[in-house]
Amino acid sequence: MPAGSIDADVAERLETIRREHGEMISIGRIAEIVTDLLDRLKLKQDLRLYTELEQLADYIRDIKAEIAALRPDEIQEHYLPSAADELDAIVEATENATNSILAAAEAIESVAADVDPAIADRLTEVTTSIYEACTFQDITGQRIGKVVKALKVIQGRVETLVNAFGSEIDQIRQKTDAEKAAAGPTAPSEKDLLNGPQLSGAAKSQDDIDALFSGGN
Amino acid sequence: MAVDKGMHVLIVDDYKTMLRILRNLLKQLGFDNIDEATDGSQALQMLRAAGTYGLVISDWNMEPMTGLQLLREVRADAKLKATPFIMVTAESKSENVIAAKEAGVSNYIVKPFNAATLKSKMVSVLGEF
Repeated sequence: MPAGSIDADVAERLETIRREHGEMISIGRIAEIVTDLLDRLKLKQDLRLYTELEQLADYIRDIKAEIAALRPDEIQEHYLPSAADELDAIVEATENATNSILAAAEAIESVAADVDPAIADRLTEVTTSIYEACTFQDITGQRIGKVVKALKVIQGRVETLVNAFGSEIDQIRQKTDAEKAAAGPTAPSEKDLLNGPQLSGAAKSQDDIDALFSGGN
Repeated sequence: MAVDKGMHVLIVDDYKTMLRILRNLLKQLGFDNIDEATDGSQALQMLRAAGTYGLVISDWNMEPMTGLQLLREVRADAKLKATPFIMVTAESKSENVIAAKEAGVSNYIVKPFNAATLKSKMVSVLGEF
């Protein structure tokens, strides 16, 4: 075996043995030396394994911190339920609008009985087109229902993630709350004010707004 | 034999708006005796209680009993099994159509549909009117 390929540790041991025992050495002593060498090698391997495990643990800790910083608790508690509520509101609004359109078409159709047959035929033709167009509401309702189901599945998965993280997320939440409290109350920016249409429970009615203008609260 | 437009038609859908649209389109085609159910089990009760429906027009995706389950119950019932049954549904995959055919559906309409399609499928099931 070329000298370059011998481990420095082993080479040093061989040199010491030569110094102490010359070229002749007993079999019992060889066994002791080999056992000692094997112990040292095992220790080196263990150390390398420990180092790799430590690096892996550091990596997992960093990833967990990054995921916790994304605030999956906020996604679970606020954004996903809010998205589902907005979609439900869309279904309700389109259903109400469709029923209003249908009521208007039915009113037009009822007039058909009292007019000239040619006009009556034209009115029936038009109301048929309106009825056909209104079938969109069933399809959009079903499609939105599928999206709401998908959101609920995602919400369940995020909940599992939040439960698995536990204390890490609590720490980040406390830190964020503390930073907000330290910053003190601030006037909302225009961006904060632009939230689009509100769900019925959160919205001010026109009467509420009129009351504000007439000096009420 | 001419189709009796006085026949009782049962329309089944869990969307009230769709029931309203179907009712209006059927009335325009001259069918005035229309009853409504919002799922398969309610429809089955009505069919068994009345026993006089000349046509069932049903959605598929409903709870607790689907349109396909309703169809199978109808075809398995000695008194109801000959009732014409049209499925009107957004389920448009070929396996859906095959399953409905195997269960004995008379015809199949995919939503969204128009009045001409509804009429042509009714004609194919009931005869000219």
